[in-house]
Parts: sequence; structure tokens; C-alpha cells
Amino acid sequence: MTQNIHEQNHAKNKTGSVCPGPTTVRGKISIRNVTKNYDPDGANVLALDNCSIEIEAGEFCVIVGPSGCGKTTLLNAIAGFHGISSGEIYLDDELLCSSKKTAVPSADRIVVFQNGSLFPWYTVLENVVYGPDVQAKMSKSQARKAAEELLEQMGLRGILHSYPSEISSGMRRRVEIARAMINNPRVLLMDEPYRAMDALTKTVMHKHLLDIYDASCKTVFFITHDLEEAIFLGSKVYVMTTRPGKIKKLINVDIPRPRDFRTLSSEHYRELKLEAIEAVHEEAKKAFEAGERELA
Amino acid sequence: MQASGENSTKESVGKEEKLSSVELFFYRLKLWLKSSRPYLMVLGLALFLLFWYVTTEVLALPRFEKLPGPTVVLKEWLSRDPDYGISIYTPEYYQHIMKSVMRVLQAFGLATVLGVPLGLFMGWKKTFKDYSFPILETLRPIPMLAWVPLAILMWPSRESAIIYLTFLAAFFATTLNTLLGVESIDEAYFRAAQCLGSKPRHILFRVVLPGALPFIFTGLQISMGVAWFSLVAGEMLAGEYGLGYLIWNSFIMVQYPVIVIAMVTLGAIGWASSSIIRFVGSLLMKWKVREAGL
Repeated sequence: MTQNIHEQNHAKNKTGSVCPGPTTVRGKISIRNVTKNYDPDGANVLALDNCSIEIEAGEFCVIVGPSGCGKTTLLNAIAGFHGISSGEIYLDDELLCSSKKTAVPSADRIVVFQNGSLFPWYTVLENVVYGPDVQAKMSKSQARKAAEELLEQMGLRGILHSYPSEISSGMRRRVEIARAMINNPRVLLMDEPYRAMDALTKTVMHKHLLDIYDASCKTVFFITHDLEEAIFLGSKVYVMTTRPGKIKKLINVDIPRPRDFRTLSSEHYRELKLEAIEAVHEEAKKAFEAGERELA
Repeated sequence: MQASGENSTKESVGKEEKLSSVELFFYRLKLWLKSSRPYLMVLGLALFLLFWYVTTEVLALPRFEKLPGPTVVLKEWLSRDPDYGISIYTPEYYQHIMKSVMRVLQAFGLATVLGVPLGLFMGWKKTFKDYSFPILETLRPIPMLAWVPLAILMWPSRESAIIYLTFLAAFFATTLNTLLGVESIDEAYFRAAQCLGSKPRHILFRVVLPGALPFIFTGLQISMGVAWFSLVAGEMLAGEYGLGYLIWNSFIMVQYPVIVIAMVTLGAIGWASSSIIRFVGSLLMKWKVREAGL
């Protein structure tokens, strides 16, 4: 029965599944012909080669590719941590960065980092309050109240006054997502946030992230090299080539939302996974044979 | 598996919150007394005193026979009517201590007030570091004793020259450790702070400063150590009061037990000042204390 729905969707809709929550109007990212050269030791390294990606407002976009293919380079350019060599990136039709302009990091594009970046010197609550506090958007007590409510919703009530070092890595990621979400960003940039986690923890984290996505419909730009994760989470999955990073393939994941672990055993999920594996395997092999060291 | 992991974290956090800090202190004291550590400490101290006593007073070995033994020193130290004028009952003893402590406090305070902001700024602004770091690195290895003639020429009084020497040593240690502290902060924290909408002042006070704090306090402990070191050297050369002066003067006046009294006093005060810095550090860095699982 569900299988039928999948197939119908697949036939009529080539744009990937849509978020069931509120309609999002902001957070459209347009990446046009972006190229990035690194010049670390005199050797000119081409990290990104003519990448173009269109992300609709509220879309869950996943970039998947072998280690060192320039995924993080792309994310860092959107976040504003470094510039690009040519091309443009637009956020809601405003120029974010080009070869002449580096984006300025801002609370409308918040990054969830690979190794976590909760401030260890602040408690969970202080970390979540940080954004509203420094932006002076609300009073301290309002910010505190909002943070407590958000953490409560996310099931993190018991650890408000713990320090990040006292809670599990899964909890830390959740707090980090809460710290981002309280600022109501236009885009959530996630840089392999679940990389170092064991498979069981990952499934819990995925479900948690999907719940948040389904409820908020924020644009998500998610980087990973885990294919299963990519297809389970994403609406559109872009496969990138080995360095220089190019977009090799776009996979529309039209599995309807909300998704849960049953999705993982559906026929359609497996088909899409196979499609992705075929695309990625070739690239992973190339990367392995080239024996290149990972670039951040 | 995942669920049980998270539950146990919650429980242990809960337990920690139930224990007040006083209870925690006594709990740890009880654990410490149950372990072998305090008894080994006492034993080590006893063996050291025994060695001192036997070599100087019982056997009076060659090269040791001139040194004051522990009983002589202790008798002098606790005497109401000391042979050489220095014991815990004489005001002179406390004058020397106060003089040295005040000098160290001034020098250490100045070094902290100047060194911490300088180090923070050097670590935070790379251009500023490019200007200042080479000078710092050239001046830093110059031994404090080499500064003595210039210090005497530079400053109007002996007193200010001594404080200057003491300050200089402490200042380099503080600045360098603060700088290392800032550089040890993971780039991800800076990026996260930027993403969350920080202005430069937020980065300075809410990322750079707390992130560097563990290194700063290590630096302050080193700084306090070298401050005492330089102070005693300065007092020996140019002082009129103070524990360093007392040591050197007692040597010239052949009042050997007083030398040992002043040395042990220096050791005790140095140890106490380090403990105070550690204590203040643990108050300011609760997160670090809890991270260590204490």
C-alpha cells in the first residue's frame, strides 16, 4: 500500500519529498557556477569546480561525496568562513558571496559542526541563550524562557545546568541544534554532524533531526559521506565527485515524510540507495586510488 | 544501549547536583584519608627530616657539619628569646615576610593586569602578534639577573628596581601563557560564535577569555613562582628588608639557622600562594573542575 504511494509520487513528482510542516518562504539558496582554488604550498589545488545547486526554501538538501571532495568548502563559503574564486551564491535572491565578496557569518545561516562546538565553559542553558543574548533581540529573561521551552520540547529538560562535558555526544548534538534553532535561522548548515557516532546512536539522532525538520521546515544543507543517512534524511541528494568537486548526480528522494525507521526497509529506499551507491562508489574508488589526504 | 547510556549520564549528573560543595569536600577528604597518599606524604617528609638530622647533627659528615641541623633551626624558630633575633615571636620576622609579600603582590598584580590583556590581544589579533611577538621572544629568555644593573640605573629607588625585576619575570610568563591559551582555542568555537551573531566584544569576553582561562591560570602559577625567584635574587643584591635580604645578610653575619628559617618560610609562602591561585582558578572554571570528573 505505502509502496504504491511511493511509486505514484515517484511518477508524478520529480522534485523530492516536501516537508509536511508549515510552508517556508525564506531560505532559498542558489549556488551558481562556484569554483574554489586553494593555494596551500604553491601547488594550486582546485577544490570546487563549477558547482551549481538550487535549493528551495524549506528543502532538506544533502551533499554526499568521498572524503576531501570539497563538500565542507562549499558549506564554509555559504557560512562565510572563507571566500570563493568564481561564481556566486545567493540567499533569497540576495548576493551572499562571489569572487569579490566573502559572506559575513550571521545568525541566519547557522552551522552545526562536525566535532561539535558547544562552548565548554557554558552550561547547556547558557549555550542556547548565547545567540539571542549577543544579538540583543530579546531580554535576558525572555531568552532564558525561550531556551528553557525549546530544550523542554527537545526532551533536554534534565540537563539544563550541566556542562557539555557532562552529557553524551548525542545529547551535545541535540543541544547544538537547539542553540541554532532558537535563532530562527533561514538555513541550517550541518557539517557531518553525526560522523563520529555509532550506528545505533545515529538512528536516534536521525529521527530527532527529522522531527525538528518536519515541525519547522527550515532549509537544511547537510553534508555527509554516509549514503544511508543521505537518503533517509534528504529530499534531494547531490553526489559530488572526487576533487575537484563537481556535482555528479542529483537524486530526488521522493519518499514521503514523516519518515521513520520503517522507511529504511522499503523497496523504494533500497532502489534509491543502489542508485546512489553506483554513483558514489566510482568516486570513492578514484579518491582512494589517488590516495589524497583529506582537505578540510 | 543508547537509552541506557543516556540514562546513566542523567543519573550521575543528578547525583552531582544533590551533593553540596561542602559535602563534596568532606566526601573527597574521606576518600583521600582512606587512600595511602596522605600517609606516604607524611612518611616522605619524616624520611627527609631524618636524613637532615642524621647527616648534620648525629654523624656531622664532612661538608654537612657546618649546616644548621633541624633541631637547632626549630629551637631558634620557636624561641621567645632567639640567639640571632629572628623567630616567630619577633616582629622583625613578620616585617621581612610582609615586605617580601607586598613586593611580590605588587609585581604579580602588575604583571597580571598588563600581561593577561596583552596576551589575549596578541592571540586574538594576528597582526598585533606579528608586531609584538618577536620582541617578547627576544626579551623573554634574558635571565632576570642580567637585568639587575639596568634596573638599578633605570629606577629612582632600590625598592622600585626590585619590584621591576620581579614584575618582569612574572609578566613574560603570564603573557606567553595567555597567548598560548588563546591559540589553543578550537577554531570551531570562534566560527560558532560568529554564526550566532557575536560582535567582536562578545568574541573577546565570551570566547577568547573563558577559552584561554585554563592556560592563563597555569601561567599565573608559573608567574607567581618566577616572581618569588626574581624577588629573592633582587633582594639579595639590592635589598634592605625582605626574606632574600634576610638570607644573604644572615650568611654575612654568620647566623646560619636564620638562613634555613627564611628558606622554609619562602617555601611555605610560595606553596600557599600557588594554592590560592589554584583555588581562585577552580572557582572561575567550574566547567573545568566538573570536566575532570571531580
